[in-house]
Amino acid sequence: MPDATGLELVAQRVRSSLGDEAVVGTSYFRGRATLDVAPAAVHDVLAYLSKTDEEPWENLMSLHGVDYLPEEPRFAVHYELLSMERSDRLNVRTRVSLDDPHVPTVIDLFPTGDYQEREVFDMFGVVFDGHPDMRRILMPEDYVGFPQRRDFPLGGEPVLYTFNENKLPRWYD
Amino acid sequence: MRSQQLKAQQMLRGDLTDEDLEEFVKERLVFTRFETAQNWARKNAIFPLGFGLACCAIEMITVIGSPRNDLARFGAEAIRFTPRQADLLILSGRISIKMAPIIRRLYDQMLEPKWVIAMGACASSAGMFNNYAVVQGGDKFLPVDVYVPGCPPRPEALIYGIMKLQDKIMGTPDIGWRERYQAYGTEENARPEAGPDSPLDFAEPGGPRA
Repeated sequence: MPDATGLELVAQRVRSSLGDEAVVGTSYFRGRATLDVAPAAVHDVLAYLSKTDEEPWENLMSLHGVDYLPEEPRFAVHYELLSMERSDRLNVRTRVSLDDPHVPTVIDLFPTGDYQEREVFDMFGVVFDGHPDMRRILMPEDYVGFPQRRDFPLGGEPVLYTFNENKLPRWYD
Repeated sequence: MRSQQLKAQQMLRGDLTDEDLEEFVKERLVFTRFETAQNWARKNAIFPLGFGLACCAIEMITVIGSPRNDLARFGAEAIRFTPRQADLLILSGRISIKMAPIIRRLYDQMLEPKWVIAMGACASSAGMFNNYAVVQGGDKFLPVDVYVPGCPPRPEALIYGIMKLQDKIMGTPDIGWRERYQAYGTEENARPEAGPDSPLDFAEPGGPRA
């Protein structure tokens, strides 16, 4: 992990290379460096960080979505970058709203992003523009809704316990 | 034993005459109904489908595939890997909603008479997976004959379930599961508008329609 100062230096390098609007902010929390970037600039930022930066992070270890429901914009896509050479990690995050959940795809940079972007689409409904095969991957293709959103009903069936059996009087008949 | 052999030799030579011969035949014959004999044969030659769903499948393999538990004692060790030759489906594990139509198709491809064991908590009632992705029990889309509780069940429990199924096979007259559960109209290609004369209707001939 770059420390807080290193993270600011990375943010400065990205800003000077791709423009001020590419980086929205930085956060350093519990030893974890996160670079917040604008959704439209994700592809360029990752291309810069993985190839042309002076200290590149070559690998995309994980790509996953998060739903921060009360906050706005709601969804986030996290890109966990790793440099094997320096044993260094960097978390790149972009936030999109429910109205416009579009993020450019990064599978031309990292082929591993293919299935992981499909999983984020399946679970959160974030569309990755430019992905060649944007389908559901885990849920059935005719499934309605995006089950990992926080306002999605939990599903299943109500389970009968002693505290709620009086809501179902004489259920044993 | 020796005397019985001598008697049999006498009978073959023709030395055994009227009363003795009658007594000998009475000793050696068992009379039963054809259906009972058929069910007896069925119960001692159950062919499970080689099919596993989740962690219970590992336990199921140790039961039906290992000499330690030796399911051959109960005649159910011949695993068949095609549903056309199997007559017991063991639902071993949680059933995701993506898997359920595939299991239903496998079940529909099995020949009558056929039985289903729901092995473990997940196959019986989804266990702890009370969520959007898992079918809440195998009986939501299949008729289940025996439920084996446990997470996973002990091998003895599954063997006991198979023995219960054997009792059920002996006790139940020779009817298919659709009669057993009055499950008419649940065919895979069931079309409510199709009449019994429709060539694509999968209802069994002679069976009543709901």
